[in-house]
Formats: sequence, structure tokens, C-alpha cells
Amino acid sequence: MAVPDVAVVGFAEAPNLRAADATTNGVEMLVPLFEQVLDELSMTRHDIGFWCSGSSDYLAGRAFSFIAAIDAIGAVPPINESHVEMDAAWALYEAWVKLRTGEVDTALVYGFGKSSAGDLRRTLALQLDPYSVAPLWPDSVTIAALQARLGLETGMWTEREMAEVSARSLRDGATNPLAQRGHATDADALLAEPTLADPLRAYDCAPITDGASVVVLAAADRARELRRDPAWITGMAHRTESGTLTARDLTRSSSTQDCSKAAGTDGVAVAELHAPFSHQDIVLRRALGLGDAVSVSPSGGALCGNPMFSAGLSRIGHAARHVLDGRAEKVLGHATSGPALQQNLVCVMEGGN
Amino acid sequence: MTGTSPPLSAPFDVGFDYTRTLGPVLGPFATALRDGRVLGIRGTDRRVHVPVVEFDPVTGDALDELVEVSDFGTVVTWTWQSRPSEGQPLDRSFAWAMIRLDGADTPLLHAVDTGSAEAMWTGMRVRIRWADERSGSITDIACFVPADSATASEPEAPAAASDAAPVTTVVTPIHLHLRHSASAQESDYLRALEQGRLLAQRCTECDKVYIPPRGACPTCGVPTTEPVELPDTGTVTTFCIVNVPFLGQRIAPPYVAAYILLDGADIAFLHLVLGCDAAHVRMGMRVRAVWKPREDWSTTMENIDHFAPTGEPDAADETYAHHL
Repeated sequence: MAVPDVAVVGFAEAPNLRAADATTNGVEMLVPLFEQVLDELSMTRHDIGFWCSGSSDYLAGRAFSFIAAIDAIGAVPPINESHVEMDAAWALYEAWVKLRTGEVDTALVYGFGKSSAGDLRRTLALQLDPYSVAPLWPDSVTIAALQARLGLETGMWTEREMAEVSARSLRDGATNPLAQRGHATDADALLAEPTLADPLRAYDCAPITDGASVVVLAAADRARELRRDPAWITGMAHRTESGTLTARDLTRSSSTQDCSKAAGTDGVAVAELHAPFSHQDIVLRRALGLGDAVSVSPSGGALCGNPMFSAGLSRIGHAARHVLDGRAEKVLGHATSGPALQQNLVCVMEGGN
Repeated sequence: MTGTSPPLSAPFDVGFDYTRTLGPVLGPFATALRDGRVLGIRGTDRRVHVPVVEFDPVTGDALDELVEVSDFGTVVTWTWQSRPSEGQPLDRSFAWAMIRLDGADTPLLHAVDTGSAEAMWTGMRVRIRWADERSGSITDIACFVPADSATASEPEAPAAASDAAPVTTVVTPIHLHLRHSASAQESDYLRALEQGRLLAQRCTECDKVYIPPRGACPTCGVPTTEPVELPDTGTVTTFCIVNVPFLGQRIAPPYVAAYILLDGADIAFLHLVLGCDAAHVRMGMRVRAVWKPREDWSTTMENIDHFAPTGEPDAADETYAHHL
């Protein structure tokens, strides 16, 4: 039996907000997104063969928090459902595998998180080694700052290159109505700002964001029925590096490089990168071998809004839109998880039937 | 309709003391820390890893060759923490650094106490300041200090008694502080409770009446919106007699925890049935809320102290069978 081709056919994203008027179970953010994305495809929730989500109990402050989000689906009669305690880009990976088995022909993937409910930087310390690192509570900005200085002092990048990434993101963010940040600026203006965690300035770091997003996948003929120009997934890979932070070369991303080879990223016109810190955009571009002709994170990227557990899925959704709208032939969406780019996922999508 | 007041919210702390068994690599590392020494482990490529790793980060091979390293080292990279947060090594501003200890090939992440960022640089020499009381944890290293500040005021680590038992477990307390928000629907319900009212909402798609009302009807996936005021009388649909004592129990066993289906509701909730012998509680029993004194009411279901039998004849099976 031939393995069916799978495509992204729909995407919707909640406004990226510093603090959303919502509970930590995501219901309030998800209900309108499901409605929006299903209406756009003239589908109902009963047409979805598989549901898969990404979220975190640590962020929500309660066990099995994703169960409450299932209310937003309306799970009666019983549904085919799964969950990952990771960015929903990894839920998309699971849904892609499910569709490839031929067991279902549609899947809806969603991610959500209310980072504002707790102290996000402190919560993220809990993804570090529980014996030798986490008991010291180094926060997520600290880890990124240590990585940034390593690159600066070994000549891998400069403060100006970092500021240019942030300036590009902020200018692009101004064109995305759902972004949390965005305004006209340039590298000189940003370099004049004070440091937040030396050598990082505030604009080098993604903001704290509440949000959610949804991607609909469909297989083969079903995808063609739903969309004139589906964004066919032609390559998908995820790789993980050592959990021992200090045993890795933090100035490179070997896992992203391996994903790039496995997924076949040559010739992409648009790359939406999940880089929560400006220097990580540089690390990722090099690992993916992206040339100057590639449009990088035209949505504004994570520096203009980084809703935990959906920001990676949103990168895939934003990239897919360029194919769905006929603006690009080949694109990639990238997602990261873990401290200092420990885990990475690359999804390559192409147009044409 | 939901109210125009902002949703209710309250501080919410979650905490747990993670107790972990250490095993043959992390155990000796922790024991050495307690004794004021640092151990590394030799990897497949002969590099010495500090902190120790149980498996080689590149090949995945199990490792077992422990190597003692110095408590002096060199800063590889650093950043500045201007406002320390809960649980961090120092309560005044300090540097975070990756420090390669002499004899090690990979760096250790820890704090450096220099007083100011101007006193920090990559390549600077530092040494361990040991904690006065040590238990076999990474926090036995209080922090690092500049190596040249090692004076009589920086005592050497006191040697632990050589017959002290090896460290085999580590306890890491984890506490997170959140602000829990109720949904708009739950907030309306809680505010009504403060006035002694039981406010449910109807799902406009399936007509089911939910108390508490919900941000999404679990059957239809749409928010409940139509308010329905319910009486404080209902029926016991099912129950259990609690005979087991537990931490924080407020009533002496035996007592009855029951699902109560309020008249007009489509979903039962859990509450107490008191006011009669536990052995007399039964499915179908009619009950009424016993409210606390009005001056004790707030935005909580605890305003109802318990439910008590009304003395009415039992409800017929068919009136609640659908809700079991």
C-alpha cells in the first residue's frame, strides 16, 4: 500500500498577548480558533479524524491540564486524540505519522499556553538537568546569555549581527496584526539599549506571550478537496542533542543541521524559524544553510511573540501560508524545544499537486 | 450572558520535594561534594566531564571511570544576574558562569560572587566556596569566588568524617508560584455563590444545564451562555461512605461524600451529606443545602456546609438514571 502524501490545509493563530484574559486550560483561546479554521475549510469538528495537542502542566500549574482543553473540541461521541508535553510542532509530527499510516485522512493539531500565569523564566529552569543544574535555578534568559557570549567571544557572531536580527524581526512584526511586538527600527537604535542579562539586551529575547494556534492536516485526495493549493509536506525530521548542556557545542546546532539534511531544505524561498533569542536565529540559519535570498521569519518570528507550546507550530503554519496563498513554491517551518536549541524540528512544504 | 467584571483570580502555589535515587555515578559525585571534593567522569573520547554524566553525551556508552578534579577553574562564558530570584545560589547580584575546573574538559554551570559585572571576565581564575553545611547536592558548592581572593577568610572545606555513609539520594524542593484565573463563566458562578445563589448556564446547542457553567460544553465545544438560577434542593445520584482517615481530613469518619444533582441541572457535583446516619444515605435520597452563616459567605462552594435530607419521598430512578 502506498504511503499517502500529507499536506497542511489550514492554520489559525490567537493574538500574541503579554497576558490573555483566559484560564490556563486554553479553552477560551482555542474555541474561536477551531471555529475559524474549520469554517475556512467548510468542515465541522466531526470531520476531523485525529486530534493532537501540545501544552505543559508546569505552565498550567496543574496535572493533566490538557484534558480540560478537550472541552473545546466537544469530545462526545468519543474522539481519536493524543497529546505531547512539548511544542505542538511535535504534535504535528505525531499527526503526520498518523496520516501516513492511512488510518485517518484529516487531523487537527493545536498548541496553547498561558505563560503569564507563572514566572516563565523560572519555570523553564526545570527543563535543565535535575541533579546538577536545575537545583541552582538558572533561568532561560541566563542560559541564552551564556550561549550568546560564547559565540561573541569565539567570533561566531557580533552584537551588531544580533541587533540586525532583532531589527529585521521587529520591522516584520509590525506587518503581522497578531504579533505582540513590532515597530520600525534599526540595529543602531537597538544597540543603544541597555543590557538585560549581559550580553543580551531586551530586544534579543523573545517576550513572554500567552497564545495558541491550530494547524489542519489532510492526506492525498482529501487535501485536494479542501484546498486548491495544499502545502504538501515533502520532508519532516526532528533531532535531539545531549541533555547535558555543557557537553554540547552551543555555538552550533548539529541537530538542526541533521534535520535539514533529512528533510531536504535546498531551494526554500521562505524559512520561518523558532528562534527565541536573536543569536539563535544566526545559529539556525547557518545550520540550515540558508542563503541571503531566503526570506527568514517574515511573520516577525518568536522575537515578536513566543507563546510557549504553540510558537513552533505557528512557524509551520506561517510558512505553509506562503504555499497556500500561492506566494512560494517551497518553504520550511522550524520549531525548537529545550534549553539553548537542544531539540529541533524541521518541516519542509511544497506546492503543486 | 457572562458578567462584565473581570474574571476572578488568586495566587496559587504548587510545590513538591523531588526525591531521587542517585546510582553508581551520581552517588559518588554527591558523596564527594558533601566531603568537599569534586569528581568528574572520563568519557569514551577520554574527555573528563564535570558534572559527571552517566552516559557518554556523544556515543551513549555507560561510563564508570571517576576522576577527582581541582576546586580551581577558569571561566569559559558568563552573564550577570542583577536581581536574583528564589532558589538561586546568592541573594545579591552575581554572575552565572560556565567554569572549566582544572583537570576537567567540560564546564560546570554555577554562580560567581564578584560584587559587580565589571569584575567578571572570560578566562578569569576562580575557586569554589564551599557551603558550611553540606548534604550531597550541587548546592554544597555555595558559589565560586575569584581565585586570588582565597585568603584565611575562605576556609578550606572541612573534611567530612571518613566513615560517613555514602550519599544515595538527593531531595530537590521545587516550588512554583502562579496566578490561577477562573473563566468568565466560573467567575459569574462564584460571584453568585457569594450572594447565596446557585447560578448554572445552559448550552444553547444541546440544552444541557451545567453547574458550574463552562468555558466550553464538553459535548458541543461551545461556551455555555444562558444563565439558569437553580434551587438548593436536589437528589443523591451516587455516594460513598468515607471510612479512611487521611491528611487534612476535616470530619471524623464515617461520613458520606455524594454526587448531588440539583433540581433542574444536568450535571451532578460532589458534596457532603450529613445530618443523618451514614448508613441511611441512599441513591435517590432528596437533600437540601445547609448554608453557613451569611457573614461567612465568599466566592466559594464552601458557603454550603453540607447537604441534609429533606425527608421527602425518594426521587424515582428515572429522574436521575440518565445522570449516573
